[in-house]
Amino acid sequence: MQNVYLAIVLAPLLAAIVAGLFGRQVGRAGAHTVTILGVAISFVLSAWVLWGLLAGSIQPYNGTVYEWAVVDGVRLEVGFLVDRLSALMMTVVTFVSLCVHVYTIGYMHDDPGYQRFFSYISLFTFAMLMLVMANNFLQLFFGWEAVGLVSYLLIGFWYKKPSAVHANMKAFLVNRVGDFGFLLGIAGVLFWFGSLDYATVFERAPAVAGTQVSIFAGSSWSVLTLVCILLFIGAMGKSAQVPLHVWLPDSMEGPTPISALIHAATMVTAGIFMVARMSPLFELSTTALSVVLVIGATTAFFMGLLGLVQNDIKRVVAYSTLSQLGYMTVALGASAYAAGIFHLATHAFFKALLFLAAGSVIIAMHHEQDIRKMGGLRRYLPVTYWTALLGSLALIGFPGFSGFFSKDAIIEAVHHAELPGAGYAYACVLAGVFVTALYSFRMFFLVFHGEERFDAPTRSHLHEPPLVVTGPLVALAVPSVVLGWLAMEAVLFGGFFGDAIFVLPENDTLAALAGTAGTATAMLAHSVVTPTLWLALAGLATAWFLYLKRPDLPGRIAARLATPRQVLEQKYYFDAVNEHLLAPLARGLGGLLWRTGDGAIIDGALVNGSARLVGWLSGVVRRLQSGYLYHYAFGMFIGLGLILAWLVLGIGRG
Amino acid sequence: MSSSFPILSVLVWLPILGGLAVLAIGDQRAALARPVALAIAVLTFLASLPLWTGFDRDTAAMQFTERAPWIAAFDAWYHLGVDGISMPLILLTTFITVLVVIAGWEVIRTRPAQYLASFLVLEGVMIGVFAAVDALLFYVFWEAMLIPMFIIIGIWGGARRVYATLKFFLYTFLGSVFMLVALIYLRIESGSYDILAMHQQPLGMNAQVLIFLAFLAAFAVKVPMWPVHTWLPDAHVEAPTGGSVILAAIMLKMGGYGFLRFSLPITPDASQSLDWLLIGLSLVAIVYIGFVALVQQDMKKLIAYSSIAHMGFVTLGFFLAWRIIANTGGMDGIVMGLQGGMVQMISHGLISGALFLCVGVLYDRMHSRDIAAYGGVANTMPVFAAFMVLFAMANAGLPGTSGFVGEFLVILASFKASFWYALLAGTTLVLGAAYTLWMVKRVLYGEVANERVAALADVNRREFLVLAVLAVAVLLLGVWPAPLIDVMATTLEALADHVVQSKL
Repeated sequence: MQNVYLAIVLAPLLAAIVAGLFGRQVGRAGAHTVTILGVAISFVLSAWVLWGLLAGSIQPYNGTVYEWAVVDGVRLEVGFLVDRLSALMMTVVTFVSLCVHVYTIGYMHDDPGYQRFFSYISLFTFAMLMLVMANNFLQLFFGWEAVGLVSYLLIGFWYKKPSAVHANMKAFLVNRVGDFGFLLGIAGVLFWFGSLDYATVFERAPAVAGTQVSIFAGSSWSVLTLVCILLFIGAMGKSAQVPLHVWLPDSMEGPTPISALIHAATMVTAGIFMVARMSPLFELSTTALSVVLVIGATTAFFMGLLGLVQNDIKRVVAYSTLSQLGYMTVALGASAYAAGIFHLATHAFFKALLFLAAGSVIIAMHHEQDIRKMGGLRRYLPVTYWTALLGSLALIGFPGFSGFFSKDAIIEAVHHAELPGAGYAYACVLAGVFVTALYSFRMFFLVFHGEERFDAPTRSHLHEPPLVVTGPLVALAVPSVVLGWLAMEAVLFGGFFGDAIFVLPENDTLAALAGTAGTATAMLAHSVVTPTLWLALAGLATAWFLYLKRPDLPGRIAARLATPRQVLEQKYYFDAVNEHLLAPLARGLGGLLWRTGDGAIIDGALVNGSARLVGWLSGVVRRLQSGYLYHYAFGMFIGLGLILAWLVLGIGRG
Repeated sequence: MSSSFPILSVLVWLPILGGLAVLAIGDQRAALARPVALAIAVLTFLASLPLWTGFDRDTAAMQFTERAPWIAAFDAWYHLGVDGISMPLILLTTFITVLVVIAGWEVIRTRPAQYLASFLVLEGVMIGVFAAVDALLFYVFWEAMLIPMFIIIGIWGGARRVYATLKFFLYTFLGSVFMLVALIYLRIESGSYDILAMHQQPLGMNAQVLIFLAFLAAFAVKVPMWPVHTWLPDAHVEAPTGGSVILAAIMLKMGGYGFLRFSLPITPDASQSLDWLLIGLSLVAIVYIGFVALVQQDMKKLIAYSSIAHMGFVTLGFFLAWRIIANTGGMDGIVMGLQGGMVQMISHGLISGALFLCVGVLYDRMHSRDIAAYGGVANTMPVFAAFMVLFAMANAGLPGTSGFVGEFLVILASFKASFWYALLAGTTLVLGAAYTLWMVKRVLYGEVANERVAALADVNRREFLVLAVLAVAVLLLGVWPAPLIDVMATTLEALADHVVQSKL
């Protein structure tokens, strides 16, 4: 089996190398053929593995590929752990990646960096697969940083654009802040568990659970709380949780296909996946779970609000992504890991769909992204319209669509959670449902319905993009609609993940749900008595009323609510603080240390100062050597006198 | 193990004598001097390979030893040998020198033969430093090393080269004078200049502290550690590209090597009682210098400061032993710190060398090191940009490159000593990425900044070759560091066992 797993990761890697290093030789068609082939191989094999694991014909695999190094008795390895959790991730990643590869043929058709782009997205697929297939923390960190690298390269793909190269550096640095915590967490794992191998670490977790450590004098921390929070800081960077979320909206400067692949469907879910993978550790620390819960809930609600005031079509979807990542994180905090991963999977499909639909609109509109300049596109882009509608319904959790099952499960799980902060989290995720429906359909109506707000030349060019663009939309729409219905019972309540996810019995919020909403039909029926459904419908209705029925109202409401609007438009001032306070502070400190520390004190006073001292001394000495005999004689007399005096006085004292 | 064929002597003397031959060919016949110099460098590199293939990984003893009487009056011996610490450093030296010779090919127009000869002589002397087992021999090579570098910066350097060379010379010379005193004292105590005998020599605490400080003066300047680091940015800025590469890639490693060869094994108790100083200065280097690097406007200065911060990991990893024992009660992690420091030295040799070569490629075309003079270089030099991004990422410690390995191991080891050491060292993840990528952004990205950038030609085949070779080395070491780590393991384990034994 190891060869199959190797083929799954190496096929995209080799394709990326061919397209990247030999792009000129293989040409455009060669580049997209080889990379699509590579990812297709990965997808088919991943799906086959997932099927086999579910059917029981393939056993979970945990094995070493090669030994990276053995240092001080610690074995650092590259190896695979393929169980149902990783197989599900592999299948989702490769499927979305495949769709995006095909879509890119159309989207990047005229771009001079065509081969480079295919090389990057294939390389990304490789890195993401390495991440989800890791069986140890070292490789996890490898994949973790590698996807960050490709994200950096892709956000800055149009490297001439100042906003793009600002965004990619910002993304990398903010992620590095998260990785800083993550790496410390890994170091803590090695320190207290004596290994970086998942299986060994999880096995030792109960034994380590009681260990305390004093970080600050006088305070005592549970080792697991410390390690889990450090690891979660990494997840906050990668999965864009408040306050490390600032990079994700800016990442929209990159080409749209990668917004779909990396910044919606896959890479940003790495943090969610990681916490689920580490469930045997997180379960043992209530404090850490509480932190996860509160951070996730905050992100889910407050980032959703920002979606209401955005006018760039991609940024609306980006804030929606932030909010949905918050939902997944909340699920983790509520120990509903299965629901979190389920939402990750359904979200991957409908959010990739929404991004690609947005991309389709952008192509049709000749790279116009402002939704205020759109409207009525339904007539011109029927395929995009219908697929975007399905995606939006899935996103707001309309009953029966995939997002409904995954999101409802999360909300109900939070309802049953008893951690500190659970009440706050429940309020946030409920309010978030209304907000989600409102911003989603605000955008939907502004883009596809209502009056046409663009000029005649644009209208004359408006037409549905080619099949390579619409094909992936349809391919993604299918799981967006049906996946929830088909899979919810198995994933949420059927022990789908087997041993891959560990939940303490007293934390098992999903089990509490099984009674009332254990099947798809039961959940649908149950939803009528929960506020969730009605909040979603209310949001949809409000959007319809404000943006189709009474389009004059939003402007008047905005004028009334100037201050809250200002806060939202400034994105709660996170960027302002980072760019006008923290960055100048760091540069200022650097300048101060350099000019004062290195310049004035070390070089000025000490180095050149001692040189000047030597120079001055030699000047004095030179003056003594005047060449006049009587000067020397005089000096000798004084010296003799001094020596005599010293001798006499010294002897006298002795 | 004594070998019949004197490989180490060949490695020391072939480049020195070859350098003299190149000198004799003269600048007028540069067309002949260049291939001869290259042939000598390549031959030396090939001759160094048997050190790797024939190396016995199971012993910490000196290998490939050669011993002959040298100065009978002082009982000084011409005694050479290598162990797991010096062997990789010698290979690094022979490898980098080949690249430096190629990199200077048609770029150096004034006195090309003398330029190449200086580097060849320097190579032989540096190998001598790593291979010497006799302290006096070591000292002679150590001081001799200054002369070619002094000449390289002084003749082929930039506008302020006189200030830079004097600063460089005085700083390092002042440091090494103290070392000489310490070595003479040790000669008197142990009765021989044999470094291995010095390792076994019992010493009182006062003597150890004084000797330790004397060594520190010499090695801290070379590393360089904060606050005796200010010569490095000046020297780098004024040095020609090849000089910067050798300085960063190899000469800085002399300091780290000195700590492992002299300070730790000869004065373990002083190392223990003064480890707070070394750890403190290392952390200052990582954090303080990280901020300083952030505001540099000159590419070479930025990489120079980055070097200081990266070398902070080396010294941090070397001096963790006693804190680990105090915190955990065990020895697990000591070797990891030593390994991390060593890997960091080799890796930094490759990465900083590559970055200085990148700056050289730009400087040869634009005659400016000023970041502000560039912008949008990726438009006109895409291949070069790809290399530079790779090396920048390696400099930022990206996993899969060699830059990650050393930092990772040192951070893991320092966590065992103290959470706070790991936390401070870990700031490099953010700071290192910030200063490196900010430079990349300003130099490579954006629209073409001016006509001079618009007129840039991408790397030629010679430049491509040099950068590609380094890229392969950086990636290989990052993806599979096991061979390097294994070759050092036995020696470093023995060193760890040795340093935790009190000599009092």
